[in-house]
Amino acid sequence: MSVLPKNSLRQGPDARGHFGIFGGRFVAETLMPLILALEDAYEDARKDPAYHAELSNLLTYYVGRPSPLYFAERLTEHLGGAKIYFKREELNHTGAHKINNVLGQILLARRMGKKRIIAETGAGQHGVATATACARFGLECVVYMGAVDVERQKPNVFRMNMLGAKVVPVQSGARTLKDAMNEALRDWVTNVDNTFYCIGTAAGPHPYPAMVRDFQCVIGDETREQMLSQEGRLPDSAFACIGGGSNAIGLFHPFLDEPSVELYGVEAAGHGLEVENGHAASLAGGRAGVLHGNRTYLLMDDDGQILEGHSISAGLDYPGIGPEHAWLKETGRVTYLSATDKEALDAFQLCARLEGIIPALEPAHALAKIVEIAPKKAKDHLMVLGLSGRGDKDIFTVADHLGGM
Amino acid sequence: MLTGKAMTSRIETRFARCRAQNRAALVTFIMAGDPDASVSLDILKALPKSGADIIEVGMPFSDPMADGPAIQAAGLRAMNAGMTLRGVLKQVEEFRRHDADTPIVLMGYFNPIYVYGVDRFLVDAKAAGVDGMIVVDLPPEEDEELCLPALRAGLSFIRLATPTTDDRRLPTVLANTSGFVYYVSITGITGASRPDYSKVATAVRRIKAHTPLPVAVGFGVKDAAAAAEIAAKADAVVVGSAIIDSLAKTLDAERRGGPATVEAVSKLVSELAAGVASARR
Repeated sequence: MSVLPKNSLRQGPDARGHFGIFGGRFVAETLMPLILALEDAYEDARKDPAYHAELSNLLTYYVGRPSPLYFAERLTEHLGGAKIYFKREELNHTGAHKINNVLGQILLARRMGKKRIIAETGAGQHGVATATACARFGLECVVYMGAVDVERQKPNVFRMNMLGAKVVPVQSGARTLKDAMNEALRDWVTNVDNTFYCIGTAAGPHPYPAMVRDFQCVIGDETREQMLSQEGRLPDSAFACIGGGSNAIGLFHPFLDEPSVELYGVEAAGHGLEVENGHAASLAGGRAGVLHGNRTYLLMDDDGQILEGHSISAGLDYPGIGPEHAWLKETGRVTYLSATDKEALDAFQLCARLEGIIPALEPAHALAKIVEIAPKKAKDHLMVLGLSGRGDKDIFTVADHLGGM
Repeated sequence: MLTGKAMTSRIETRFARCRAQNRAALVTFIMAGDPDASVSLDILKALPKSGADIIEVGMPFSDPMADGPAIQAAGLRAMNAGMTLRGVLKQVEEFRRHDADTPIVLMGYFNPIYVYGVDRFLVDAKAAGVDGMIVVDLPPEEDEELCLPALRAGLSFIRLATPTTDDRRLPTVLANTSGFVYYVSITGITGASRPDYSKVATAVRRIKAHTPLPVAVGFGVKDAAAAAEIAAKADAVVVGSAIIDSLAKTLDAERRGGPATVEAVSKLVSELAAGVASARR
């Protein structure tokens, strides 16, 4: 790895897993030795060329990387401003960016001799990716999914079952992603000897936020190279949706030290930021707290009880956010915006009709902000959307909201 | 190591008394505000009379990641009945008006304390008559957050040691622990099935080789027989989920409790106390 300049924004976290005041290792003692072992194993793997070679081989031949950087010509014409590109993570095997991280972690689990993999999932994309990798390597796979999400993302539940994973519907709390994560942590605390917890986003106790980010940086690294080769220069802006924030940090991180590149993270504003407990925008509507192993921005009440939040998109319906995003917000390097359910639905339809691409509802949130901002930019402004997943899983939800079409 | 105490603490006094009586201490857990503030205060007051030596008072949290279904449900009942961290401290304050000796240890997760404000929490907890705390998601790696300030404020910070805490890690875990050490006898969540207690004696010896503090053992203790088995080998027995289960069984369809709730908990705790007392005879 090249040496970063002293003032680089890319050198976090520190040895204790902190990005500024965010991050850390807030876990039960039972898990602490496991997290320290994971940190060692990851440090070891990072230095091992054989590990990188195996991962890179899988990313090329199994996932289908690099994913294209696609010029969205009709959308650009329609909006009449910035030149819009899609970084097409939805074309990856399993239909989203999640597989990039999962393969990195599964190879690590194999190095550590773990035979049982657990994961939490919201929209089901991380669950599907984990089930896929486990099938590919013959590992036992258990996926925790909120009962509400099991209902609204049925196609993905079916896919996980087909791949041989056991999907456990979680009935506690709001029965969505946060509760799935609680249940996965309870499983991990119980099955410490043989189990590897494959976290799906750039959150959780150190080293997960940094490790997941590293695996997802392939998105931004490729975007940089592709834009240089297609346009001869760096993009002027990049947009990505944020639940926990793994696709966004993967797209943004390689550009953090390029001040000319504007970075926009888009949270889910659900029914609107002004609606109490009606959105999932933890940066816009939350404050610093401690949950799921890290300090970060959280949606909570005055007693420190975590709120359920709401988004039409199961993948963004999480009351927290990765700690590096919390830090990037405070430093001001990334601009964080939000899009409502309705704005996301409109963008979803626009993309389908103009580009023949059905995006997942998650990146449709980021697209909604592009629809707003692109017309205000000059025609030579190069704008990138992290198109993090495909929308097949969402067609029933969308049909419901559009009145059955 | 910080001790921060000018006088003998209630926890030390209580362990000394149990030692003098040649028996282990019985540590009982209840969730503050479960099923509501009034019944839970009645239970709290009844516990010492039934034979509880030390009381762990749960601070309800929306996301209790290390707890099983019984304690999750207890926290939910308490929150639905309006319990907050401020309310928990009020319960302790009320209890202290009737009982100046029984140690109270708060148990829960960090976020409500963090949001309350660590410094303010420590002042208010001390004033209310709290003796110590167990905060599940604060390992030694995060000692600066609450453990060190708590010790400076003269409150005990009781740490969990688990089967995954090996000899290399034990000194780290024990370094700033005070009051007693809570050995979690299984890897798993609270209320899990009964573990193999034959390993408890070995584990207690292993911990005692590193610390002069009393060692309490818990997780999976369901009845008097199990309590007796542990009491023969450890300085204290911790019972939580079984007490919550006995409480839950008395609630009506609206999850309301009453005198029968207090009675059921008292009965179980008396049995557990008898089990503990019988262990070393």
